[in-house]
Amino acid sequence: MNTEISGILLMYALVIAFAIPLGRYIGKIFNYEHTWLDSIFDPLDKLFFKLSGIDPNEEMNWKQHLIALLTINLVWFIVAMLVLTNMSWLPLNPDGNPSMSGDLAFNTAVSFVTNTNLQHYSGESGLSYLGQLILMLWQFISAGTGIAICAVVFVAMKERTANTLGNFYSFFVRSCTRILLPIAFVVAILLAFNGMPMTFEGKDTMVTLQGDTVEVSRGPVAGFVAIKQLGTNGGGFYGPNSAHPLENPSYFTNIIENCSIFLIPIAMIFAMGYVLKRKKLAFTIYGVMTLGFLLLLVPSIVSEMNGNPAITDLAIAQPMGSMEGKEVRFGPAASANWAVYTTVTSNGSVNAMHDSMTPLTGMFAMLGMMINSFYGGVGVGFLNFYIFIILAVFISGLMVGRTPEFLGKKIEAKEMKIAMIIALLHPLLILTSTAISSYLYASNPTEYAGWLANPGYHGFSEMLYEFTSSSANNGSGFEGLGDNTPFWNIACGLVMLMARYLPIIGPVAIAGILASKKYIPESNGTLKTDTPTFGLMVFAVIALVAALAFFPALTLGPIAEYFSMI
Amino acid sequence: MKSNLLPAIKLTLVSLVFFMGIYTLVVYGIAQLAPNKGKGFIIVHKDKTYYSNIGQAFTDDMYFNSRPSAVGYNAAGSGGSNKGPSNPDYLKEVQARIDTFLVHNPGVSKSEIPSDLVTASGSGLDPNISLQAAKVQVKRIAKIRHISEERLIQLIDEQTEKPLLGLFGTEKINVLKLNIALDDLK
Repeated sequence: MNTEISGILLMYALVIAFAIPLGRYIGKIFNYEHTWLDSIFDPLDKLFFKLSGIDPNEEMNWKQHLIALLTINLVWFIVAMLVLTNMSWLPLNPDGNPSMSGDLAFNTAVSFVTNTNLQHYSGESGLSYLGQLILMLWQFISAGTGIAICAVVFVAMKERTANTLGNFYSFFVRSCTRILLPIAFVVAILLAFNGMPMTFEGKDTMVTLQGDTVEVSRGPVAGFVAIKQLGTNGGGFYGPNSAHPLENPSYFTNIIENCSIFLIPIAMIFAMGYVLKRKKLAFTIYGVMTLGFLLLLVPSIVSEMNGNPAITDLAIAQPMGSMEGKEVRFGPAASANWAVYTTVTSNGSVNAMHDSMTPLTGMFAMLGMMINSFYGGVGVGFLNFYIFIILAVFISGLMVGRTPEFLGKKIEAKEMKIAMIIALLHPLLILTSTAISSYLYASNPTEYAGWLANPGYHGFSEMLYEFTSSSANNGSGFEGLGDNTPFWNIACGLVMLMARYLPIIGPVAIAGILASKKYIPESNGTLKTDTPTFGLMVFAVIALVAALAFFPALTLGPIAEYFSMI
Repeated sequence: MKSNLLPAIKLTLVSLVFFMGIYTLVVYGIAQLAPNKGKGFIIVHKDKTYYSNIGQAFTDDMYFNSRPSAVGYNAAGSGGSNKGPSNPDYLKEVQARIDTFLVHNPGVSKSEIPSDLVTASGSGLDPNISLQAAKVQVKRIAKIRHISEERLIQLIDEQTEKPLLGLFGTEKINVLKLNIALDDLK
């Protein structure tokens, strides 16, 4: 078999092999059951709570959870702003990099606190090592936030009537210390021993074999990259992210990093099955997500391996496939594979430049972010999917004439309204902001000439991709876009803020309201939600919402480019 | 919100010390045991030190050339061209690279040039080229260096890095290692 394809099969097999036991472990952590790491983490967590003056046993209702989440996120934003605008004189700046401008710092702070990791700077020249490390901190705790709030929803879905749903800080600290930390640690060590730098020394100077003098950027990369991949963060240490040979030195490190993207998002589904004791429901959800993922993955790989038709017209050979923006050590198959992994989850790291990929791969990457729940970001991916489940329950309930119920709770007008608002928010943010930027560009192409690196349909795709990525809290980009301007920094910052917190507030509100309702045991009249039929129904709802909302915009960008090239 | 503010600030500080400080230092400490003390892999050759994973610009006809780079292989920065697949200016650039290659490599036909040799990588620092990209340069180098083509093909075979475990990923050549071996031939 083609070794590029077998590499891709290996990666998915590895993900599943690790995600199933990890899901069980995460489930135990949310249930406060005994695990073999307790002897290390019980004292550590106690120390965290003692120093912070928090009582981890204090029960919270859904509103208190959200207030705790929003407050601590606001603190993070302020700290991030302070560090990013003062890096130049703070310690750990061996390369003498400057502080960020106000609008760039706003964009970057929002980006990392919201788990997006959109980057309008390049790590080598735009950050000191202190800046890198503070962003690494947000990579831990913004991922911890997502996992913690997802745990709250799991608890709310249990078969009982309850007003309180555990303690937010407790879930948060457990997510950070017991889930993210140990895995990140193992991954970081593996990476450090396979050629990734972990040093505090600044740039090195090297005279090449041919006699040129160049500099080489280094830094504490391994620790950073591990959590970047695991927490669906995706913000690279270097400008070109995991395409950089020091951020992803070999095919072996590529396997580790690529698998790390999917590990926790998939494990979260199995964790839900464990917490609710509903394995069948977990497998139904896993099945729907996997179906969607494969429908995006397979054509992307085929498209990249077939090569760029415009290059074929130049009559040279494309034995590997489309190679612009790609590294030889990964090849087009592993690059397309990563592109889909990183966009269906809200990771956003890249190992090849998405801007240079063939039009269809670019489109499938955007579609992955537009749907944003085929596995999805750590924790929040499940919340997005939860909205689609609620919609599907309601629609199927209407179709068969039954009261819409999900896990023994009646779904009524209030929950439906919230679900609809959240489902429509994502297209609203993406399409209006793209429309505004397109209008600005079209009305004054000379003033905004620096925005687009490519003309025509592809230029439109660059803008559409940027806002899709912001709204999906993804962080990857069509990097040809000249995005370090006040317009893009502020517009993307605002989109990221709304797209992070509203889709957390909505599902938590729904789950909280449902949890306090009377529990109705299953009967013959109950619509079964753990069957393939219902799975298909959810898939149809997702396909409908995505197709109706985004098809026109995709037609103007990647689809038009595709047809112009054949 | 008020009652949450103080715990939030304290918890942030504790997280900062732990995840930013202690985690980083422990990983850093262990990385000191890694090859080259965790500063990236290096090759020492004739008293000169090179980073084996950082690609170098090889534009001289007497060396196997590396891929085009959007940043000129200066690893102070990095990046790709970010040119879209249908961009007419980009396609003209690729055409120009093909023409240049044909001028420097007489006797090679267009259809033998693999695309990785005329397209820029994502990082601009790609240390590798494909096997075809090395083989298509053999004629030129054989002529300039007065080495037989068979010997050069053999050298490429020796320097070919197989897929991981022979099963996963691409076959490739590290251009720097190949050129060092080429210099050592005489």
